[in-house]
Amino acid sequence: MSLLFSYLFDAAHWSGPTGIPARIGEHLFYSVLALALGAVVAVPLGALIGHTRRGGFLVVGIANGMRALPELGLLTLLVLLMGIDLLPVTIALAVLAVPPLLAGTYSGVRNVDQGAVDAARGMGMREWQILFKVEIPNALPLILGGLRASALQVIATAAVAAYVSFGGLGRFLIDGLKSLDYSQMAAGAILVALLALAVEGLLALVQRAVVSPGLRGGGRRSPTAEITTPDSSPDSTDTTTATPEPAGATP
Amino acid sequence: MDGGIDVIEFRSVTKRFADGTVAVDGLDLVVESGKITVFVGPSGCGKTTSLRMINRMIEPTEGTITVDGRDVMAGHPADLRRGIGYVIQQAGLFPHKTIRDNIATVPLLLGWSKPKARARAEELMQTVGLGPEMAGRYPAQLSGGQQQRVGVARALAADPPVLLMDEPFSAVDPVVRESLQDELLRLQGELGKTIVFVTHDIDEAVKLGDKVAVFRTGGHLAQYAEPAELLARPADDFVDGFVGRDRGYRTLGFLSDEVPLGTITPVHVGESATGGWTLVVDEEDKPLGWVTGAGPVAEADVLPGGTLHPVASGSLRSALDAALSSPSGQGVAVDDEGRLAGSISADAVLAALAAAREAA
Ligand SMILES: Nc1ncnc2c1ncn2[C@@H]1O[C@H](COP(=O)(O)OP(=O)(O)OP(=O)(O)O)[C@@H](O)[C@H]1O
Ligand SMILES: [Mg+2]
Repeated sequence: MSLLFSYLFDAAHWSGPTGIPARIGEHLFYSVLALALGAVVAVPLGALIGHTRRGGFLVVGIANGMRALPELGLLTLLVLLMGIDLLPVTIALAVLAVPPLLAGTYSGVRNVDQGAVDAARGMGMREWQILFKVEIPNALPLILGGLRASALQVIATAAVAAYVSFGGLGRFLIDGLKSLDYSQMAAGAILVALLALAVEGLLALVQRAVVSPGLRGGGRRSPTAEITTPDSSPDSTDTTTATPEPAGATP
Repeated sequence: MDGGIDVIEFRSVTKRFADGTVAVDGLDLVVESGKITVFVGPSGCGKTTSLRMINRMIEPTEGTITVDGRDVMAGHPADLRRGIGYVIQQAGLFPHKTIRDNIATVPLLLGWSKPKARARAEELMQTVGLGPEMAGRYPAQLSGGQQQRVGVARALAADPPVLLMDEPFSAVDPVVRESLQDELLRLQGELGKTIVFVTHDIDEAVKLGDKVAVFRTGGHLAQYAEPAELLARPADDFVDGFVGRDRGYRTLGFLSDEVPLGTITPVHVGESATGGWTLVVDEEDKPLGWVTGAGPVAEADVLPGGTLHPVASGSLRSALDAALSSPSGQGVAVDDEGRLAGSISADAVLAALAAAREAA
């Protein structure tokens, strides 16, 4: 057991350009780049398809197609095509980020109470105002749920960067394997898991801060309000949305 | 809104949906300004479609619709809609916004400052009977009836001259619905908006409408008349069937009463009754209820009375109700202040009805 942790607890490994903090920084850097690229593609696309309610089949097709791609094969192919560069690494990881974000954004926007959308349009909001003032704020729990799932995937997989000679926590896995230093490999695996958990916790806090209290579960509720969780929710623990139940049984 | 101009006009309006359904067929209709016009009819007869063509949520296939003389198809639909209040059945409140911010939506769209829009929202909450403590709540924390009040307040926020309401009260229970209807009438008395109100409930139509348009399946207008006229002279069998068998009784609600009042000698609590049914009144002569038998009257002996007939504002219907619901068989009529004005017998109501029929 102590052998497993010896690398991790050796103070010498906690400084310098190949130390643990530097590797964590690199790992986060690749992950954030990939998430940003994935979000730039997935969120507008999902929002547009959800808003117009046209092309829902695209969401399923794109998400499933991307999920089916073998990550390592994709990365190898991209590096062969583009050379050893940050771009192929980012693209390969972004491909992982897209499906949960796309599905979350699409279903979030699509599941916004149609009465609210109809009222917004009827009161004279323009289409972009409906999207930004009504649909996206109401879809935030599902969009952020998608982001959390994407972040988890990307962080867990960003170790592949080391496979094509980049840094990040993957270095410990690859270098450890090369030198049969299992304690170093264990350190890499543990750090990846801890990092994923830490980011997940951070995003959960962000979600609490930016999602309207009106969309949160709990709190005082009238008997006519019920909580529903859309089936397509990528993360069912914290993405409950309240929909007012029209059938009035208020005694 | 000076009563004279016809603000909403349908001219040979037809709506054919992409799948070939003709929802509205050659509709000609003039909605009078400052009045409540109700579209009523069975499900699928094109009421919602007709309503939504007014604010261009649905575009007509043929014909023109003008609001205050302007073709709704001219200009940007969003600009048209900002000048027309819109209330729908599910209320359609924004779940992520507080009640205050929901109501402030249109003023903010129109570019009002935030403080001004919010002050206006709070003023409207009072107008529709919502306590100020609700301002910071979210829609999910409100009952269905409260949500509908917010919906109405939100539609009124920018003070539009026209209000479109699509079955706004049909999702709440009957008691709440009654009070929402009463409040709409009270509000309308103050505001004098041009209201188009859709319902499939003939009772609601007759209660709220200054004018009622009865639609028949296929998007045809079957009859367009004042409620009393509709009940008294249905244009055809369809309208007759739709307004229902008890229309004779409903008609009474539109006949002003000419019922002669009988005299009645009430007693106060503590005084002695002489036997039979005796009406008890308080110090201000307001009816409390009835006692039977002779002897001193104690408060505990008073039986609740029936409905009261207001002499000034009542109809033959309220007179008949008062006579039939009183335990003594004698209805009680009251003046504006609620003080005893006299008694009413069912026979007198029926005689007045016969007289009214003859006159008609
Ligand atoms: N978008 C649409 N596409 C095709 N047909 C439609 C569409 N909207 C409504 N219809 C059809 O048009 C007809 C009139 O519909 P509308 O909604 O105006 O009825 P309604 O009188 O409001 O009925 P309800 O009382 O049930 O609300 C119905 O037969 C309906 O099925
Ligand atoms: Mg309808």
